[in-house]
Amino acid sequence: MKMPVSEQLDIPNKVTPYKMGLAEKLYLPLIAGLFVTMRHFVKNLLNPKGMPTINYPEERREYSHRYRGHHILTTRPDGSVRCVACFLCAANCPAECITIEAGEHPDVNIEKYPVVYEIDMLRCVFCGFCVDACPEEAIIMSNNYDMAYFHRDQSIVGKADLMKPYTFDEKRLGYRPYYPEEDVKHNQMRREAFDLVAMAKAKAAGEPAAHASA
Amino acid sequence: MPTLAEPSLLEDVAAKFPAGSVTAQEGSDQPTWVVKREVLVDVAKELRDRRDTRFDLLLDIAGVDYPEREESEGGRFDVVYHLYSVARNDRLRLKVPVAEADALLPSVIPVWKGANWFEREVYDMFGVKFSGHPNLSRILCHEAFQGHPLRKDYDPARRWILTEADIYKPHFDLPDGEDDLFERMAINIGPSHPAMHGTFRLMAVLDGEAIIASDVEIGYLHRCFEKMAETHNWQQIIPYTDRLNYCSAFINNVAYCKTVEKLLGIEAPPRAVWARTILTEFSRIMDHCVCNGATLVDAGALTNFWYLFQPREEIYGLIESCCGARLTVSYGRIGGIAQDLPTDFVARSRKLLETIPKFIDDCEALINKNRIWIDRTVGVAAISGEEAINWGWTGPCLRASGVGLDLRRAAPYDLYDTVDFEVPTLSGGDVYDRFRIRMMEIRESLKIIRQLLDRGMPEGPYIVQDPHIALPPKDACYNQMEAMIYHFKLIMDGIQVPAGEVYQAVEGANGEFGFYAISDGSSKPYRLKCRPPCFPIFSTFSRLINGGSVSDAIVSLGGLNIIAGELER
Repeated sequence: MKMPVSEQLDIPNKVTPYKMGLAEKLYLPLIAGLFVTMRHFVKNLLNPKGMPTINYPEERREYSHRYRGHHILTTRPDGSVRCVACFLCAANCPAECITIEAGEHPDVNIEKYPVVYEIDMLRCVFCGFCVDACPEEAIIMSNNYDMAYFHRDQSIVGKADLMKPYTFDEKRLGYRPYYPEEDVKHNQMRREAFDLVAMAKAKAAGEPAAHASA
Repeated sequence: MPTLAEPSLLEDVAAKFPAGSVTAQEGSDQPTWVVKREVLVDVAKELRDRRDTRFDLLLDIAGVDYPEREESEGGRFDVVYHLYSVARNDRLRLKVPVAEADALLPSVIPVWKGANWFEREVYDMFGVKFSGHPNLSRILCHEAFQGHPLRKDYDPARRWILTEADIYKPHFDLPDGEDDLFERMAINIGPSHPAMHGTFRLMAVLDGEAIIASDVEIGYLHRCFEKMAETHNWQQIIPYTDRLNYCSAFINNVAYCKTVEKLLGIEAPPRAVWARTILTEFSRIMDHCVCNGATLVDAGALTNFWYLFQPREEIYGLIESCCGARLTVSYGRIGGIAQDLPTDFVARSRKLLETIPKFIDDCEALINKNRIWIDRTVGVAAISGEEAINWGWTGPCLRASGVGLDLRRAAPYDLYDTVDFEVPTLSGGDVYDRFRIRMMEIRESLKIIRQLLDRGMPEGPYIVQDPHIALPPKDACYNQMEAMIYHFKLIMDGIQVPAGEVYQAVEGANGEFGFYAISDGSSKPYRLKCRPPCFPIFSTFSRLINGGSVSDAIVSLGGLNIIAGELER
């Protein structure tokens, strides 16, 4: 039952505070500290560009292609919304900020489309779960984080704002299923690892599925 | 590791009490004893003092509501005590059933002082009363709140009018003969005070500048995390966990995902574990930088704040490139991580390993041997290791008091048993040593990251390849019928977690950060209790600052690293 003594933790019942040495009593280490601040001062004076401060909003921090900012509703080539009003994003939203009203699409192959698609930006927590949930790549995110409103009503962003064409600039895209910089080989590996048809076939053939154990 | 599974010990303890009052419960992840409330305090004392048990640390008290349960089966509520033995590295869970009609338990404060706030929380959330508690009042909800929100029959849509007239009445534990407040001055700091690091209210009775009695009120940032968890499916809770300890959000993700993985009986693939370990350590560095930077600002040493926040900025950049958010990362997923690491992850991490030590060196050169800082902090808010454990402390604050308890060493998870690192301890137990221990831990974290980077990123998937747990990749979902069906099923129904209960903890930046999860087999947790490390630490605050001056109270608050997000959930 008992652990070996060497492994038992020592539990002291009193404190022994730090004792200063002579140099510390004489305030000598402060000189070393002054050198540190002087070094930073001279460095910043000679090289103001190297300072870490970003002069927002003139300068902005570079964000990655995964940044989870303002949402975008993608469009079909004809400019209509890609969304088919399947409600998966609304179901997966932990903040319950997505409101969809579905309507019948004139094209029978598409079946449904959202008459109303609203995201309450003040409720949204920008977790990206809607993008994960979308089976149509109809909702993605941009790297736009400038969201300020004069009125609470304005924070409920409708279909028209979510489909605004300027947000489709490649540089402004954020979290989405594919990234240009993503390693192609790794993507391939991931896809193969999740080949359900192969998994099912392997199972039927009685072989252990190659990737199922991973 | 020794366990309590041996029945002899249970028999030995149970023999001292009336028959049937201490029984074992089978089928849990850790030894679980069901204790009758009449003998609770005696059993607790016995467990704390016996040489072969020594459960000196009360981790957590959680209430659980079973509205359907009959009185013959124990009654409506379970009050669950999680115990830990620091010396023996062992865990035990005590369950005390209690009926609704007579929801009264004896308080275990005489055994573990840290029980104080935990019992108040159970009272607040479930309405279970504790006899002998010195100040049994609401803690997270407002005084005028009616009902007990974590009961299953409480309707969350109800609204209450909360006025200032019903505000919390401070409970001052005045020394004998000092109950005359006429000569004293009672001051109020916070809740919206820059020195209060968020929204805590400190009320202190002063004699001159010395605090002779004090009380803190918390709950201003209570967001019903545990109630929300019961209405969301297991996966959807991840963004909520980000907001617990928001200084190191990824550690929360890991702790939560590991809890659910334990319930599911799965393990994350090596690539995800590798990423989790590295990002956990980066998060720990950030958290320590925030804590130490803020403490120094409180003491007037502003320069260090810039030096310490610079590495934090850089780490946020790295984390943002992984998951797309700086603060609220939501990067963990049940069974792995949300996305693969970016291709430049290793290069960026290596660059950080080069830059971070420079800032830490600068800060230490300014501070560590600076007599102004030493005079200001040595001996301030000192607490011994033994007392700190009794109050339920874990993490760097406890290690500063000389107890080398670190879950990465005591119960290694992820890759911590394969890397070489020290668990630094200091003996002062004061603000100065809490500051230094965090600096030392930053260096240890860097050491861990360096070793893992040298080892190289493991190949393979970054999330379990199980369509019942992880969403299929997007192109599979677009192109394969099966994947599409799994995708829909998983989103609409959520992950089906088998019934059971687990407690899983990781070494968070503030100490043991754990989740106690109960599943009833559905897609939503039946009960999810978060064990926030700074909750018991902050409950000690009055004890720490009494006798000191007001300015000492401010500097000691910073050193404890109280994060309102996890404190008040």
